[in-house]
Amino acid sequence: MNLLLGSFTIGLILALLALGVYISFRIFNFPDMTADGSITLGAAVAAILLVHGVAPIGATLAGAAAGAAAGAVTGLLHTRFRINGLLAGILVMTALYSLNLHVMGRSNVPLLSTATLAKEAEAIGLAALGGQTVFNCFGWEVSVSDMAMLVFACMAVVVVCIGLYLFFRTNLGTAMRATGDNPQMIRALGVNTDTMIVIGLALSNGLIALSGALLAQYQGFADVQMGIGMLVWGLASVIIGEALVRSRGLAMTIVGAVMGSVLFRLMVAIALRWGLNPNDLKLITAVFVFVALILPGLTARIQRRKEAVVMSSLTSK
Amino acid sequence: MLKIKGLQKTFNAGSPDEVQALRGVDLHIEGGSFVVVIGSNGSGKSTLLNAVAGGFLPDAGQIKLAGRNVTRWPEYRRAKLIGRVFQNPFSGTAPHMTIAENLALAAHRGQAHGFGWALSRHLRQAFCERIRALAMGLEDRLDNEIGTLSGGQRQALTLLMATWLKPRLLLLDEHTAALDPKTADQVIHLTKAIVAGEGLTTLMVTHSMHQAVNLGDRLIMMHQGRIIRDITAVAKKRLRAEDLLEQFNEVRRAEQLDPGTAEMLRALYV
Repeated sequence: MNLLLGSFTIGLILALLALGVYISFRIFNFPDMTADGSITLGAAVAAILLVHGVAPIGATLAGAAAGAAAGAVTGLLHTRFRINGLLAGILVMTALYSLNLHVMGRSNVPLLSTATLAKEAEAIGLAALGGQTVFNCFGWEVSVSDMAMLVFACMAVVVVCIGLYLFFRTNLGTAMRATGDNPQMIRALGVNTDTMIVIGLALSNGLIALSGALLAQYQGFADVQMGIGMLVWGLASVIIGEALVRSRGLAMTIVGAVMGSVLFRLMVAIALRWGLNPNDLKLITAVFVFVALILPGLTARIQRRKEAVVMSSLTSK
Repeated sequence: MLKIKGLQKTFNAGSPDEVQALRGVDLHIEGGSFVVVIGSNGSGKSTLLNAVAGGFLPDAGQIKLAGRNVTRWPEYRRAKLIGRVFQNPFSGTAPHMTIAENLALAAHRGQAHGFGWALSRHLRQAFCERIRALAMGLEDRLDNEIGTLSGGQRQALTLLMATWLKPRLLLLDEHTAALDPKTADQVIHLTKAIVAGEGLTTLMVTHSMHQAVNLGDRLIMMHQGRIIRDITAVAKKRLRAEDLLEQFNEVRRAEQLDPGTAEMLRALYV
């Protein structure tokens, strides 16, 4: 049960990462490698501020803001200096590795003795349940601290989802979606696509950094290595989500990204429980994304071939 | 309304692929007139349209639109004054967004995009009415993705979008070239109705002799990056497709001479 709760919690926290990747990768059609650096940046900034006694909510938001700034830099490199989008992201990601070390001062910052959102959530949970540390949930003994964090992550994700959904229905949000869908058309309608890309990448990386800040507080430390492979992780979540909801509608794809993230985390937890070597995790994730990316084209081709065979057999008769 | 002076553009200058697309174009279009541009492939007619729209910056020359010098304006800024329909039906609409969302973007052409709702009940009502007038059965499909529509339907919607807010100049870039003849006819009818109804200043590029003869009140023929014929008023009204073909053949005969000789003859006799 604890495994399940933990997977759900991490899945929900990483859903913010998935939503960020969804914005850059799906809405803007921009493979933004900044993600690997900005998730760590969010964690690093939040962690160091927490260590220095800043209130958890302020530290978390500061982490998100730092990520947004990193995303804006990637956007500016791409739009102002016409650097290939993939390379712009890699440049910022690489620079962020050093920057993150500087922010943290060392490669790992533990948060065991500082106030964090996780501990605040736990305190609220304990107060709500009158101080008992374990309660009965549908027949399972569940620790209040785990449950409180899950509820908190769930609320954060719901707020972000609703916010994103509403935002993408405003004039600005609609113009952003059109920028990814058909830049030529939206320029002819008077929108500066460069500005849209910069704002969009800032939003995307802000969410990714927020995810990093929450993750650091949940697991109790920020580590300079924690961002490696996170873009692919987010991508896997988005792809699973699209397969789950099978819709291109705005609301459904946002919900899909969250569902994909939780499901993917669950699958990973089960695979690890079954004895998957943790060292193989990134390899398996990459292979999974590879398969998910080529599968639609492959099935279409097989379908066509089948139809061709049927057609030729019909005509030969 | 539109004043173009000495417009020049060379693509890939200094390389073997150098193309002198515009070699000094002068054009003055009055407000409310409907100008049709024809010319063979590579004559520079689409380049001219693109230069006005702001797709690239010219090497020399000046473009004035509605009294403002827009020569250095980026494309998105000119969109305040210009409505545009592309040759490719896929270019003018965002395929994965709904009809209503596409129209909503057009209803804010050239305005600041803030945090107001893109779609309001009031706007949807207006979209519904205008789309019903197209008689394409799209009024019940406002929430369908535009990518599911046919090329003709998308082109009709693009036309509606380009003119939703009255533009100071409407640019039509062979906007029926990719459509089948019947659909092309429908779109041309719609074009006529909108241009006449709103009294729009229009610059239209076409490949079709038929359209060139029957549409507009002024015809411009381009060749090798220059305007070589400018047929206005009564002469334009009397123009028949045969006359136009004759003009084309004349240009072609002149081309039989090598460019240097042609240039010399032009300098001497024209």
